[in-house]
Amino acid sequence: MAIAVASFRSIIRSPSAVVFSLAFPLIFIVVFANIGGSAVSVEVGVAKTCDTINPVYQVLKKTGVVHLIKDQSTADMASNLSKGRGMDAIINIQKNEGRTPYTLHVQYTNASEQKGSILKSLLNSIFYQINSMGNPNPQPVAEIKATTIKGREYKYIDFLLPGMLGFSLLSSGVFGTAFVFLSLRLTLVIKRFFATPVKKYSIVLGEALARLVFSWIGALFIILVGHYFFGFTLIHGITTVANMLILSALGLIVFMGFGFIISGIAKNDSSVPPLSNIITMPQFLLSGTFFATTAFPTWLQGLSNILPLTYLNKAMRDVAFEGAGLGDVTKDLVVLGIWFIIVYAVAVKTFKWE
Amino acid sequence: MAKQPIITVKNLVKNYGDFAAVKGISFDVYDGEIFGLLGPNGAGKTTTLEIIETLRDKTSGEVTVDGLSIDNDANKIKQRIGVQLQSAGYYPNLNLSELITLFCGLYGIDKTPTEMLEKVALTDKAKSKYKELSGGQKQRFSIATTLINNPKIIFLDEPTTGLDPQARRNLWDLIREIRDNGTTVVITTHYMDEAEELCDRVAFVDGGRIVGIDTPNHFIDQLVESGFERKKQVKMANLEDVFINLTGKEWREG
Repeated sequence: MAIAVASFRSIIRSPSAVVFSLAFPLIFIVVFANIGGSAVSVEVGVAKTCDTINPVYQVLKKTGVVHLIKDQSTADMASNLSKGRGMDAIINIQKNEGRTPYTLHVQYTNASEQKGSILKSLLNSIFYQINSMGNPNPQPVAEIKATTIKGREYKYIDFLLPGMLGFSLLSSGVFGTAFVFLSLRLTLVIKRFFATPVKKYSIVLGEALARLVFSWIGALFIILVGHYFFGFTLIHGITTVANMLILSALGLIVFMGFGFIISGIAKNDSSVPPLSNIITMPQFLLSGTFFATTAFPTWLQGLSNILPLTYLNKAMRDVAFEGAGLGDVTKDLVVLGIWFIIVYAVAVKTFKWE
Repeated sequence: MAKQPIITVKNLVKNYGDFAAVKGISFDVYDGEIFGLLGPNGAGKTTTLEIIETLRDKTSGEVTVDGLSIDNDANKIKQRIGVQLQSAGYYPNLNLSELITLFCGLYGIDKTPTEMLEKVALTDKAKSKYKELSGGQKQRFSIATTLINNPKIIFLDEPTTGLDPQARRNLWDLIREIRDNGTTVVITTHYMDEAEELCDRVAFVDGGRIVGIDTPNHFIDQLVESGFERKKQVKMANLEDVFINLTGKEWREG
């Protein structure tokens, strides 16, 4: 316990720990949330020939998600659309004489598929509403509700934040643990501890506990900032946060295993960063921290699907956005469990006390 | 004087692979004395100490500390000894008070940091970090951490190496004070003037063996009787006395 307290104090006062676990993820979130922030608004060009006094157009205009662009020439629109540059789709609404009073022509672009699909589902729900308005029979309430839930947008922050949490845990677990144990070993702090009646496992537990508490505070901070400033979705409020913290703990424990291995292998301070990067960088890039792994070619996806961070990220997202309980992400947890066994089996072999 | 041995070492051997660091050492340390282990670098002093401190496994031999065997009662021994390592660091980023609190926790003992720091006159440094201390202050702080559990024996491994004369004398006073409070002190050093001044008995270690064990005075008398003479006339003072005389006795901070 004393070690936990001491270690906790030490971590808080070490600038690199704070920077890595709090500042970095926050900076990433701010930067990427603002770059990717346009994901929230879909840029839709309005064709010159478009009829603008119909109900469909009015509804679209009111939706915060869709940003209608009218001041570009037809040629410019087409060119921008093909490049996905500030133009995600072009609509053209025509008044009809026939049974359906309006026809909506939408041009999507594969340069911006994601937003196109957002628009698509949005249009679907609008059409559903409008068509039901024209229907003399009142629609069942449940049906309408279903469309609004579908309309809940998946914001980039909802994707980014769990990834950032994972990154924070990974770097704190690997770098932090590796550095601390190596330096404790090299400066003979551990040896000095051994001259006292303290048990070996209390040293490890104390360290782990301190790092856990620190990471929890960091995670909570990131979640709260994400929630209140960037509109990060927490489906079940506190329960979701609690579940995310439990996941954080599990992830951290696995990542700390890597840290133990590195601290055992590394000869001195300067060999820690390269070794840690070998572990963290691939996961950082391939585990869907910034972008979905589905964007990778299949062979790369195969690699992604081995890494523990992939599963932590996935579980985090399911819990945060889909509102899954811990029981629903068992598969991800099992993979983490397998990693836990592998990592600690190696750690026990390589870890050195002196 | 019927002195009670508090540490007994019998035929202690330690091999590192093919290399024999300690080749059958035997000695007793008596209760309440300052015992010096002297010898050149690599003689096996630190290895011997670390075996007694239960930090290192022995190859063979017998060691008892305060009636307890290091084989069976390592943990009980740790409760009763205080250990200062040759170049131990302390937990990074913590100040002295917090480090003392940490060590109290490790021993499961309730003591205030001020109480411990008072013993080594470091109360005004309570909020400093270990690495900000001067060499002498570091050593005194190290000694403070060894005293936390009211040990019967403390082990000091080259506590005065690298200190200036003032800090060294200051540390001698502290060590004597600890001895006078009833704690046995085992110390290693390279400085013979220090051993002569400080130790009640000394053992010379060389090549993993003890080559002599007696009081400093006896050793010197014997050597003189055997007809040894210093080439240079012994003066009533030495250069260190001059140094202290010129620069003042009070101990410098920083």
